[in-house]
Amino acid sequence: MAALAERVRPLVLAADQLLPVVDALASLLPRGGLVRGQVTATASHAASPTGATSLAVALAAGAVSSGSWAAVVGVDGFGLAAAHDLGLSLDRVAIVAAPPPASWPTVVAALLDGFDLVLVGPPPRLAATAARRLGARVRERGAVLVQVGWPPGRWPEPAELAVTVEASVWEGIGQGWGSCRARRVAVAVGGRRGADRPRRGWLWLPDEHGRVTTAPAPDEVHELGGRPALSIVAPVARRPSRAWRTPANSGAPAASPAPRPSS
Amino acid sequence: MAVWCGDWPVRAWGVPPGQAAAVLVANRVLACTPAARRAGVAVGLRRREAQGRCPELVTLERDPAREARAFEPVVAAVETFAPLVEVGEPGLCAVGTRGPSRYHGGDEALVAAVHRAVQGALRGGTGQGGRGGCRVGVADGWFAAVWAARRSVPPLVVAPRGSAVFLAPLPLTSLDQPDLVEVLWQLGLRTLGDLAALPESDVLGRFGPAGVHAHRLARGDDDRPLDARRPPPELWARRTLDPPLERVDQAAFVVRALADELGERLDQLGLACTRLAVEAETEHGESLVRLWRDEGALHPAAVVERARWQLEGWLDGPAAVRPTGGLVNLALVPHEVVPARGRQLGFWGSETQTAERAARSLARVAALLGNEAVGVPEARGGRHPGEQYRLVPAGVVELGERTVGVVELPWPGRLPCWPARLVDPPTPTEVVDAEGVAVHVSGRAVLSAPPDRVRLEGGAWSAVEAWAGPWPVEERWWDDEARRRQARLQVVLEGGVARLLVLEGGTWGCTGTYD
Repeated sequence: MAALAERVRPLVLAADQLLPVVDALASLLPRGGLVRGQVTATASHAASPTGATSLAVALAAGAVSSGSWAAVVGVDGFGLAAAHDLGLSLDRVAIVAAPPPASWPTVVAALLDGFDLVLVGPPPRLAATAARRLGARVRERGAVLVQVGWPPGRWPEPAELAVTVEASVWEGIGQGWGSCRARRVAVAVGGRRGADRPRRGWLWLPDEHGRVTTAPAPDEVHELGGRPALSIVAPVARRPSRAWRTPANSGAPAASPAPRPSS
Repeated sequence: MAVWCGDWPVRAWGVPPGQAAAVLVANRVLACTPAARRAGVAVGLRRREAQGRCPELVTLERDPAREARAFEPVVAAVETFAPLVEVGEPGLCAVGTRGPSRYHGGDEALVAAVHRAVQGALRGGTGQGGRGGCRVGVADGWFAAVWAARRSVPPLVVAPRGSAVFLAPLPLTSLDQPDLVEVLWQLGLRTLGDLAALPESDVLGRFGPAGVHAHRLARGDDDRPLDARRPPPELWARRTLDPPLERVDQAAFVVRALADELGERLDQLGLACTRLAVEAETEHGESLVRLWRDEGALHPAAVVERARWQLEGWLDGPAAVRPTGGLVNLALVPHEVVPARGRQLGFWGSETQTAERAARSLARVAALLGNEAVGVPEARGGRHPGEQYRLVPAGVVELGERTVGVVELPWPGRLPCWPARLVDPPTPTEVVDAEGVAVHVSGRAVLSAPPDRVRLEGGAWSAVEAWAGPWPVEERWWDDEARRRQARLQVVLEGGVARLLVLEGGTWGCTGTYD
C-alpha cells in the first residue's frame, strides 16, 4: 500500500521533485536526493584521480531502482558488471556510444526528453551556446544530467551539484595477497543553489558486498597521512592497536588476507 | 462464432506437429508445437532454457506476413458461410452467426459445417500434410466465443445468454490486460466470476474505463464498446491504383499513405478505430473485404501492419484465394469508432509509459547514430570483465517488458570486484620491479619479482602501493582458435588508483580501471 500511495501521490513542482538516491548518499546531498532539472557533476580530485564513474553510478542507482530510466552516453568502456554490483538495475539502462562532436548536443537533448537520468562522458568539445541550450532543456524536462568526470571548464558554468572524490583507499589488498574488495572514498559535495556549503563524508564505494554504504571516518592518523606519533601517554593505553599500524594497512584492521580467487 | 487455430505462429511455418519447434520473439518462446510442449517447452521461456529442455528444438523467427498468408484460406473458408469475417490476429477470426445458423438449422449444425470446412482448408493449405486442427466455439460475444473455442476440442456452443456462466470459472489471466490482472490478482480475485460479481460502479470508480471493459467481458456482456458507432463515409481512405497493384512491396507505400490519411481524419474528429475493413477491388471486378479488429484502438502503425498482412494474404496466398487480377482500388474503411480518450494511464500503467518515453527517445538517437550505437544490456556470463553483459541494439527489444537478469552461475575465475571502466583492446603497459627489470609470470603462475612501478602507454611511471595476483585464467584449451591463456594482476597505484592488468602473449595490458 505504501508503494501504491507513493505512485498516486499528487504532482509537485519540478524543483521540488527529487529523484531518490541510496541512503548513504542521501545523508550527504543537501536535499537528500537529486533535484530534477539540475546539472550534476561527478569528478575526482587530482590527488586521487579515480572514482567519478562509480560515483555517478551510485548516484543513479537509487532513482533507477525506483522506476526511472537512465541513459549512459559517451562513457567509454562503461563497466556494466561493476554498475550492476553497485546496485544499478540494468533493466532500465540504455547505453549510447559516444556521438560525433557535431551531433553531440542533439543526441544528449534527445535523451533528456526520454530519460530521467542522463550520464554523459566528456564531449571532445562543446560550444557554450549549445551547453546553455542543453542546460535549459534539463530544467524544462526535469531530468538530471550527470557529467561523469568532465575536465573543469568544459561546461560554461559550474554544476548545480558537484560531487567529488577527494581520496580513495582500497582495502583487502596488500603486497601480493588479497584482492581489491572494498574502497573507502572521501566525498565532497558542493555546488550552487542550496548546495554552496560543501559537505564531506566517507563512503564505501563499493563495500565488501559491492554496495554503496556510509563508511566510518578513518582515524585522524590516516587522514593526516602522517605516521602515528609514538607517545607514551594515555592514547597507547586506550587504543593499543594504533601504535603499530602504518598508513598502508591501517584502513583494514579486520580484513584478513582474502582467499585468492581460484581459477 | 470464433475459429481459433492455436500455435498459429509456428504452424504457419508448416512444421509437422510431431516435430519440436518454437517461434521466438525477442529471445522468448511465443508459440511451440505439441511435441515441444511435451518436452517441457512453454510460452515465455528463454531460448536457452527451451533448448536445454528440448535439445532437438527447431527455433524459428516470427513472420507475421507468412502467418497472415497462411491464414487467408481459413478466413476464406469461414467466409463461405457468412460475410464480414473479423480477423483478430492471424490464427483467430470470428463471424456473426444469427443468419447462417438459421439457414444451416441451428448453431450446432453450423459449427460442425464450419469446422469441417476449416479443417479442409487447413489440410489443403500446404503440400506437407496440413497445418493441424482448429477449434470452433459459439457464444454471445467475441470474447466468450474465443474462449469457448480455445477451451474445448470438439466444437462448443454456449447457450444464448449463458456466457457469464461459461466464463465464470476461467482464470483472470484470460483477460489480455496483464497490468490490470496483476492488480486484481493482488486484491484477491482469481476468476472472471469473481470480477463479474463486483458492482460495476465500484469497478468504474477504482479502475476507470479499462476496468469497466474488463468487467463487461467477464460478465459475458456484449463486448462492443458502449460508445462505438458506425463512422460516416467521409472518413474512408481510398485510392485508385493505376497501374494495378500486383505485388505486396508496391502496395507498402500506398498502404502507409492511406493509413496516415485515415489516422489524420480520425484525429481531427477525436476518434479512434477499433474495427477496420481492408477493401480491395481487382481489374476483373472482384471485390475483397476483410475486417480486422483490435480491443485497444488501432493506431496508424497497427493499421499499416494489418493492411499489409491482408494484402500478403491476398496477393501471395494460395491460388484458391488469390484474385485473378491486380488491385485497382484500395480502401481502408473504419467500421467502428470510439471516442479517443488518449492513452489510458492508470496507476498501474505509469511504468510502461516511462519505458515508452525512453524507447521513443532511443529511436530518435538510433536514427541519428545508427542502430548499433544504441544498446541495452543483456546478461551473458563470463569470466572476463566485458563478457558478463553484452549490449543488444535497443531497437530489437521490447523495453518495457524485459529484465536483464543476473549472472548467477558460478564462473570460476571471475573477479570479486569488477572494474568500472573497461579498456578494449587493453592499453599496452609496462610493469617493472624495483631494479627496473620487466616483471613476468612463470608457467606456474608465480611473479618473477614484486612489481614496483607501472607505466601505461603514453603515461608516466606510477609507483605500486599494493598488488595481488597473478591469477591465471585458461579458457577453452580444447579449442585451438578460441583458447586464451592469461594472468591477471590487480595493482593499486599512487593516489588509490586501482587497475586490472593482464599478461597475455608475453605483454602486459591494462584492461580496466576501478574508476
